Amino acid sequence: MTNLSPPPTVNSLAKGLTSLSLGIGVLMALFIIAKTSSAPMAFHGYIMILAFALGIFAVIKFGNPDNGRIAAEKSPAGVFYNDGVIKAGAIAAVFWGVIGFLVGDIIAWQLAFPALNFDLEWTNFGRLRPLHTSAVVFAFGGNVLIATSFYVVQRTSKARLAGEIAPWFVFWGYQLFIVLAATGYVLGITQGKEYAEPEWYVDIWLTIVWVAYLLVFLITLRRRQEPHIFVANWFYLAFIATVAVLHLVNNMSIPISFVEPKSYSLFAGVQGALTQWWYGHNAVGFFLTAGFLGIMYYFVPKRAERPIYSYRLSIIHFWSLIFLYIWAGPHHLHYTALPDWAQTLGMTFSIILWMPSWGGMINGLMTLSGAWDKLRTDPVLKMMVVSLAFYGMSTFEGPLMSIKAVNGLSHYTDWTVGHVHSGALGWVAYISFGALYCLFPWLWKRKGLYSLKLVNMHFWISTIGIVLYICSMWVSGIMEGLMWRSYDALGFLEYSFVETVAAKFIPNIIRAVGGLMFVIGSLIMAYNLWRTVRGEGDAVPETSETPEISETAPKTVPAE
Amino acid sequence: MSLEKKPKKKMSFSHAIFEKNPIILLVGILITVSIGGLVEIAPLFYLENTIEKVKGMRPYTPLELAGRNVYIREGCYNCHSQMIRSTRDEVERYGHYSLAAESMYDHPFQWGSKRTGPDLARVGNKYSDEWHREHMNDPRAVVPESIMPGYPFLAKADLDFNLISYDLKANQMVGVPYSEAQITYAIEDLKAQLDEDSDDYDAFMERYPTAQVRDFDGNPNKISELDALIAYMQMLGTLVDFSIYNAKENNR
Amino acid sequence: MTHLEVANFAETWGLLFLFGMFVTAIVYALWPANNETFSEAANRPLDDE
Repeated sequence: MTNLSPPPTVNSLAKGLTSLSLGIGVLMALFIIAKTSSAPMAFHGYIMILAFALGIFAVIKFGNPDNGRIAAEKSPAGVFYNDGVIKAGAIAAVFWGVIGFLVGDIIAWQLAFPALNFDLEWTNFGRLRPLHTSAVVFAFGGNVLIATSFYVVQRTSKARLAGEIAPWFVFWGYQLFIVLAATGYVLGITQGKEYAEPEWYVDIWLTIVWVAYLLVFLITLRRRQEPHIFVANWFYLAFIATVAVLHLVNNMSIPISFVEPKSYSLFAGVQGALTQWWYGHNAVGFFLTAGFLGIMYYFVPKRAERPIYSYRLSIIHFWSLIFLYIWAGPHHLHYTALPDWAQTLGMTFSIILWMPSWGGMINGLMTLSGAWDKLRTDPVLKMMVVSLAFYGMSTFEGPLMSIKAVNGLSHYTDWTVGHVHSGALGWVAYISFGALYCLFPWLWKRKGLYSLKLVNMHFWISTIGIVLYICSMWVSGIMEGLMWRSYDALGFLEYSFVETVAAKFIPNIIRAVGGLMFVIGSLIMAYNLWRTVRGEGDAVPETSETPEISETAPKTVPAE
Repeated sequence: MSLEKKPKKKMSFSHAIFEKNPIILLVGILITVSIGGLVEIAPLFYLENTIEKVKGMRPYTPLELAGRNVYIREGCYNCHSQMIRSTRDEVERYGHYSLAAESMYDHPFQWGSKRTGPDLARVGNKYSDEWHREHMNDPRAVVPESIMPGYPFLAKADLDFNLISYDLKANQMVGVPYSEAQITYAIEDLKAQLDEDSDDYDAFMERYPTAQVRDFDGNPNKISELDALIAYMQMLGTLVDFSIYNAKENNR
Repeated sequence: MTHLEVANFAETWGLLFLFGMFVTAIVYALWPANNETFSEAANRPLDDE
């Protein structure tokens, strides 16, 4: 076997340029701190200085002891895979996942017991809810996507990640984005657009990081040793590219000053609403669906040790999904001041979207044909299969809810919340858990997980939690929708608004209990993965057959 | 390892270019997703019915704008919509359905997506200032079953309005028709809206003829964030006079 | 270039392009000569170290 990729070294020009750019970042942050009238923005300035300074320090030290050579182990196929950054991403995903689920459960309890808001700025529902959504979608989901995409693109291309500093910049830059966004919400910095709350300067930072991510991914694909680009990478690429477009368009705004956090969106009213939901819906379509389908098309076959059931179907799945999804946004705005034609367009495409979604689900499930018995022995595979079932369920419920008549009842109610969580907890989180349970032993070269029993326990406790969550939200959502439009015998509205609030007390508690079970499940996972890293239980380290030094991650990788 | 066994295949089919060249795959994806967005969004920027002018609409006063920013900062949109749909029950509960024009100066829009609390599109002048003050301080003192968080800190916090003219200027840049005078005298206007007896009152009323002027938080010695928030809430949905609004003429 | 022109373009040529691309994708996916590539790709996750 020839040496497919040379041992990795870090370019000193790249080191210089990166340090220089980060240095300019420090100066800009200093300028902001000196000039701003906003204490939270000054605080962000200090965070940026700290982060950039640490970055410069790490870049300068990078590869230093060994003339720019970076410790890496050659794979059996002769490739020096870059696994360090993937390890960091996997750890970060677990960390942010637990935090995001926990904040979600706290605000769920707040809805049942408002005293838990403590009547403080930093702890009220309005500020914590964006913290929850951003933590689970962008911090947890984003880190899972970065880690798995870096893993998949290397393995299926048999090429090392492009650049040595760049992948680490993507990882740490993304963590900085998360920290700035999250602390911003708590301190009252927000754009006031759902799922796009970070203000202009955080948006610009994310854009820089995202371009680096796109370049790393593209260049790695170009270096691949296989003629055909594996389909999972198509999904990842669609995710990265489309999220860039969505992010740039939806966040266009004019800041009141370059040292103040506040900005005003370029769009107002109807245009703003449609742009926002074009963004919001496609964030679901391309961040939470396309990206995680990339995970499915690699990790399910790998874990089941079966080839993809129909590769043709996967290609049709891909094109029809990206072709249809982008049109469906207006279904968030039925019966509003949005023109009727746009509403109908959105509804039509949402319904058609059901077909490719189920095509993908069937493709994933049928990949297990001939390996169904593994479901009895492998709880990780079980988790992935259930995630596909939830994917099927929520992609059926979604088109249903986009029908105008149904939407008239479901919109503004808890039904929507339940729907989102059946997709987010059932599909996104479960396929992510499955991928994480695979990745940890692979990356840390363990024979298996610390304990499959704990995986099983995680599976059941969180599945029951999800079911409680979804069912309670169906009940409370449909109930409040019906109560809002209920008339008494004399033709008057039967219920005051606050009566519908009071009626949701019990469902709110059940939901919070379901959420708590999900949090506990994620803690079990974190514990299990930690013991796996330590090589305990069944997770005995694989004996290294190659004499090469085992990989030591670069100095820049302190765990969370 | 499979490198050697790969047969050199003739890619007779043009689509193969996608699977071989990541840049072209990228361009294909971008074009595909852009067209959908263009078809949906672009028409909204020229269609008359989405940008119709309705009599009564005016830009926010500086105080209302500051209040709106408090509303956004506290994340009120997470639980309150500002969009009354055109169904019978909503119109009876909240008032005339929302017109596109009513959010034409909203950067960004605050239609919301969830009604954990009631719609606020026409909450203006429905309750007294006194009611809002108590409700913000302790929602359950006014509505026992309410699950809204309390916002007692708003009455205590000084409103930061030193840069309010910057806010108006930025709004002007994104298309809100603020005049130069409105931008220049933003601070004076903000203070004047809280005090009928101030010297700037007449000039203010000339610039914002339909604005409500009074001390909203009940504490004349302080310009608080609560002043701004209540000023904003008391004008929500009150600008268009529906007794003279002709829906046919403005048919969407 | 006005918004109207952009939208008109998207609604005519754009749609045609999308449709054409979609048909191309399906034909490509079902093209018999691609059998071998696809079966290799379907197995790729299993042979990737």
